[in-house]
Amino acid sequence: MDTRKEKFPFGIPGHNLGEIEREIPAGEPPAWPINDKLNVVGKRIHRIDARAKVTGEAKYTSDIQLPGMLYAKMLRSNVPHAAIKSIDTSLAENLPGVRAVHILMNDGDNGDSSYPEVKYVGQALAGVAADSLDIAQEAVSLIKVVYDLKPFVIDMDTAMLADAPRVFDAPMGEQRDGGDVGVVHDGSAGEGNVRGPSTTSFWGGPRGNLDQGFAEADVIVERTYLTQVHTHVPLETHGVVIDWKPEEMLVYASTQSTKGVRDELASYFGLPKSKVRVICDFMGGGFGAKHSAGTFGTMAATLSQKTGQPVWLMLDRKEEHLAEGNRPNSKHYLKIGAKKDGTLTAIQQRSHGTAGVALGAGVGRVAQILYECPNFATEQYDVLTHAGPGAAWRAPGNVQGAFGLEQAIDELAEQLKIDPLTLRSKIDKSEVRKVERIQGAEKFGWSQRKPAGSSPGPLKKGMGMAQSTWPRFVHLDSSVEVKIYKDGAVEVRSGVQDIGTGTKTILAQVVAEELGLKVSDITVRIGDTLFPDGPGSGGSVVTGSITPPARNAAYEVKMKLFEQVAKEWNTEASKLAVGDGMVYHMDDTSKKMSFKEALSSMRTGHISTIASRTDDYGGFQQPWGLAFGDLGSVQFAEVTVDTETGFVKVDRIVAAHSCGRPINIGQLESQINGGIIQGISYALYETRVMDNSTGHMMNANVDQYKMPYAMEIPEIESIIVEEYPALSSTDAYGIGEPANIATAAAVANAVYNAIGVRIFEIPITPASILNALNKVYE
Amino acid sequence: MNQFSWYEAKSLEDAVKQANTTLAEELYNPSGQAAIFKSGGIDVLDFIKEGLIRPKTLINIREISGMDQITHHRTDGLTIGANATLSEIEEHEAVGQHYPVLQMAVAHAATPQLRNMSTLGGNLAQRNRCWYFRSADHPCFRKNGDRCYARHVETGENEGHAIINNGSCVSVHASSIATALLALQAKVLVVNVRMEKKEVPVEDFFISPAEDVSRENTLQPGELITGIMIPAPATGTKSYYIKQGARESYDWSLADVAVVAEMKGKTCENIRIALGAAAPTPIRIYEAEAMLSNTTIDEAIALKVAEKCMEAARPLSKNGYKVPLFKSIIQRALLELV
Repeated sequence: MDTRKEKFPFGIPGHNLGEIEREIPAGEPPAWPINDKLNVVGKRIHRIDARAKVTGEAKYTSDIQLPGMLYAKMLRSNVPHAAIKSIDTSLAENLPGVRAVHILMNDGDNGDSSYPEVKYVGQALAGVAADSLDIAQEAVSLIKVVYDLKPFVIDMDTAMLADAPRVFDAPMGEQRDGGDVGVVHDGSAGEGNVRGPSTTSFWGGPRGNLDQGFAEADVIVERTYLTQVHTHVPLETHGVVIDWKPEEMLVYASTQSTKGVRDELASYFGLPKSKVRVICDFMGGGFGAKHSAGTFGTMAATLSQKTGQPVWLMLDRKEEHLAEGNRPNSKHYLKIGAKKDGTLTAIQQRSHGTAGVALGAGVGRVAQILYECPNFATEQYDVLTHAGPGAAWRAPGNVQGAFGLEQAIDELAEQLKIDPLTLRSKIDKSEVRKVERIQGAEKFGWSQRKPAGSSPGPLKKGMGMAQSTWPRFVHLDSSVEVKIYKDGAVEVRSGVQDIGTGTKTILAQVVAEELGLKVSDITVRIGDTLFPDGPGSGGSVVTGSITPPARNAAYEVKMKLFEQVAKEWNTEASKLAVGDGMVYHMDDTSKKMSFKEALSSMRTGHISTIASRTDDYGGFQQPWGLAFGDLGSVQFAEVTVDTETGFVKVDRIVAAHSCGRPINIGQLESQINGGIIQGISYALYETRVMDNSTGHMMNANVDQYKMPYAMEIPEIESIIVEEYPALSSTDAYGIGEPANIATAAAVANAVYNAIGVRIFEIPITPASILNALNKVYE
Repeated sequence: MNQFSWYEAKSLEDAVKQANTTLAEELYNPSGQAAIFKSGGIDVLDFIKEGLIRPKTLINIREISGMDQITHHRTDGLTIGANATLSEIEEHEAVGQHYPVLQMAVAHAATPQLRNMSTLGGNLAQRNRCWYFRSADHPCFRKNGDRCYARHVETGENEGHAIINNGSCVSVHASSIATALLALQAKVLVVNVRMEKKEVPVEDFFISPAEDVSRENTLQPGELITGIMIPAPATGTKSYYIKQGARESYDWSLADVAVVAEMKGKTCENIRIALGAAAPTPIRIYEAEAMLSNTTIDEAIALKVAEKCMEAARPLSKNGYKVPLFKSIIQRALLELV
C-alpha cells in the first residue's frame, strides 16, 4: 500500500498538545487541525432529524404500516422450569381473524422435534398472527399448554449450592451478544450452575504474585460489593415488521445492528444475505440488548412466510423486562493492598453474577487496568438461574466492576489519610484523566468536601467521585458511500443505524467539513442494508469506526471532482480547495466557483466512492480493532441524605469525559446526561424484583420498576476534554458507554461522605440507609 | 385486552341500574358477565389489560352531568362531586384556602397528566397496588386464592406492604388522598340501585381484609360514589400532609401522614392523625391523638406521639424501614403545625 508521512496534532490542548508524524495510506486526507480551526466538526450542531422526531414525522419500527399487514403476539411461559407435555392451539386457530399459529420446537434436524424445555418465566413458546393485535392477544390466551413442572432456582446464592436444581446439565455453547464484549468463557468449565471462571481478558491474564503483593502492603481493603439485576427499558421495545416476499425478506427492525439482524436471519433461514434487507430508519433506544434478530424476529419471519403477508411483532413492556436482556447482578469480592504512599501492591478480584439462563455476568476489566498495580488476578464466575437471559447493557461488566473498585479505592484513601482525588492522581497514569480530575474538581468545588459524616442536622450533604475506563474499540467492517450529484446534492449512505445518539448528524458534519459545505447541504441515508455495511451500535464503536471512512470517502470524491475542475481551469487538482460552499484555486483568486456549479460541470450524473475503515495510524493493540489509549472519565457527585427517612437525593453531577476529537458537543452532552441518569437510576432506583416462590418478576412494568423521573434528575455539568491521539482521519470516538460507568460508584462514595457509613449494595434505598444507620426496628 | 361493550350512562339512575357487580366481586368470583362502572378509567383499564377481569360492559359515568361540581359553604363545608378530577380539586381556591391538607395530598398523587384524567370517585374506589394482587399468575386471598404471597417470611417481596393490621392480606390501600380525607372526617356520598342516598364516614368506607378480604370498601353492586362531603374546619384549624414514595415524582406512597388540628398558638386542642400505606386501610391512631389533647406541640412530644403511632407496628420481612420512616414524617408533620 502506498503511504505518505503526515503531521498530526497530538495530545490535549491546554495540557500537552504537540505534533506527531504518522505514516498513513496515501489516499487518505491530510490531518485536520484541532477543532478550534474547523467550521462544522466540534461544534454544537442541531440534530438533522430533530424536527422529524419532535413533530412525530419520524417513523419508528412500531409505526410501520404495510398493505395487508398482520399483527403477531407470542405466547410465553408463566412457569420457571418445566417440560411441556402438550400445546393445544385448536381454539386459537379457530378464532376468527387468526391467520397463522406457530409453535417453537427444538431443531428437528437431529431427529429431535420435541418441545423446548421451559427455563424461565417469559420464555417464548409460540406465536400467532392475526388481523389485529387484540385478536392475536386473545388467540394467545386460548392456547393451552400442559406443563410437567420441575424444581427451579432464582436466587443466586441458592443456585450455587451443590443440590440446587440445574438450569443446564451440559456445558453451554458460547452465547455472545453482538454488543457484548464481556463474555470470556464458554460455560463449559465449572460445577453445577456455577460456570467459569474467566481469569483473562484481552488485556492479558493474571500478573505478578498476589501473595507477595499483599505482603508488601501497609494497608489492605477487603470487601464484597453487591449489585442488582437491571433490565433494559428503552422507550421503544424490541420488535420487527417483516414482509417475506418471494424476491426478498424485507425487515423493519428496532435494532442496534442492521447488519447483524440481516446476517442472523439469512443464516437462520438459509437465505443469501442479498435476499434479506433490514431497515432501521429511526430507533427508540437500545442499551446493548438489541443486536440480535431474536426469537421474535424469527417468529415474525416464519409467520410472514406462512401467511404470505407482512407481520408486525413488537413486544410489550412486560415481555421486554422478562425476556429481552438485563444487566446481570454481581457479588464482587475485592482485596486491594497499598503502601503508605498509596502505591498499589496487589488487587485480587473474584465475582459471581447471574445472567439467568445466559452467560456474561463478569464484572469487566476495570480493576485490571484502571490503575497501575504489578500484582493482579481475577476469577469471574457465571451462575445459571431460572430467569430471563442477560445481555450487554451499556458497558457490560464495567459498571458493576467500577461500583466495587472505585469504592474500594475511596476506602483505601481514607485508611491512608490521603484525599481520594490525590490518591488517584498518584496511581492513575492516564494524562486524560489527570486533566479531567483537575478541571472536574475545579468546576465541582471538590475543595469544599468535608470529612465523612460531619454535616450537621438530619439532612446530610456528601461529595464523592469515581473514575472509569473504557477501551477504544474500532469495528473494521465499517463502510460509507459518499455520492455527489450533478444537481449539487450530496448524499451519505451507510448501513449503520442511528440509535438516538446522533450518528446521522455527525456523518453530515464530517462530510460537510471535508467538502466545505453546511450540514444542511448533506443528505444522510443510513440504517438500511442496501447501503455499505456499517458497524453495530455496541461497545461505543460507531463514531470511531464510521467517521473516518465517511471523511475518507468524501475526500476521495472531492479529489475526483478536483481533477475535473482542474482540467477546466488548466491547473493541477492539488492546487484546489473547498470552503464556504466554494471550490477555489489556492494561489489564483480569479479561479473560484460555487461547489454546486462545480458539480454541474461533472461529466457523469454523479460521482461516488465507498470507503471502509482502515487500520489505525500506527496500528492497534490487538489487530481486531483494539486501539491504543482508552476512553477515560472522572465523575463527581453531590448528594443529600435524609438520615431520618433514609432518602437519598443526587443534587449535582460534574462529569469530565474524553472521546478523542469531539464531533458534536450538544449530542455528546446529551449522551453524557443519559449515561448519568441511568447511572443514578442504577445507584438508587432500578432493580428487578423476583418472587422466589413462583419465579416471577413482580415489577415487570414501568410503574413498579422504578426509574428516575423529572424530580430525580440532578444538575448535570459536563466537561469534554479534547484529546488528539492521531489514530485516524477524524480521531473521534464514542461516549455512550463511558458515560454510564462511574456514576453509581461516585454516588455511593458521596453517600458515604454524607453519612459516614459505607453502603456496599445497590440500589441504595431508604431501607438500606436506615439499616446502615441502625434505625430499623426489628 | 378483551372486547367489551361501552354503555354511556345518561344519568345517575341510569348508571346504577346497569351495574350488575363490582370490580372486586368480579375479581373474586368471575362471572364473565360483569357490567361495571368506569369514570376516569385508569384503574379499571389496568385490570382489563392485565387480564385480571374480563368485563362484558363498561358503564361510563364520566359524562353524567353535575357529578363534577365542587361547592364550598363557609358553614356547611366542602362538597366534591365524584367526577371532579384531581386537577380540579388541586386548583380549587377553597380547597387550597380551607383544606390545605387535601390540596397537598392531591398535588402529590400521580402525575399532572394522570391528575387531569383521574377522578375523586375512582381514586377512592381504586384497588391496592400489591404486585401479587395485580398479577394474574398469583391467586392470592383477594382473588379467592389460598395465600398471601407477600406475607411469606422467606419469599415475600413486601417492601411496600403493611406494617400494621397485617395478619391477612398485607396490601396497603393505594389512595393517599384518602389519608387526608380521613383526617378531615370526610363522608363518602353513595347512592344505591334504588337511588337511596347514604353518607358513609371515610373511616367506615374502607374495609380491612380481616373483615372481608374480597373487597376494600363497602360498595355493593349497583352502589356508586357520587361525591364526598367535608365538614367546615373549626376555628384555628391547621393541617399538614407528607408523603414519601420511592421517588419524589410520580410514585405511590411508601408512607404518608395527614394531620388536622385545632390550634391555639402552639397548643393543640385536639388533633386527628391519619396514616396511609401503613395498614391495609388508611388508619387513625387514637391513642396518639389523645396525647396531644390540650398540649403544646414541641419536638419532644412530637417524637413521643410518632413513637406511639408506631406501637402497633409489626413489620414484615422486608419493610422494617417503614417504622423509622413513619416516625420521621409524623414528627415532621406535627411540627409543621406550630
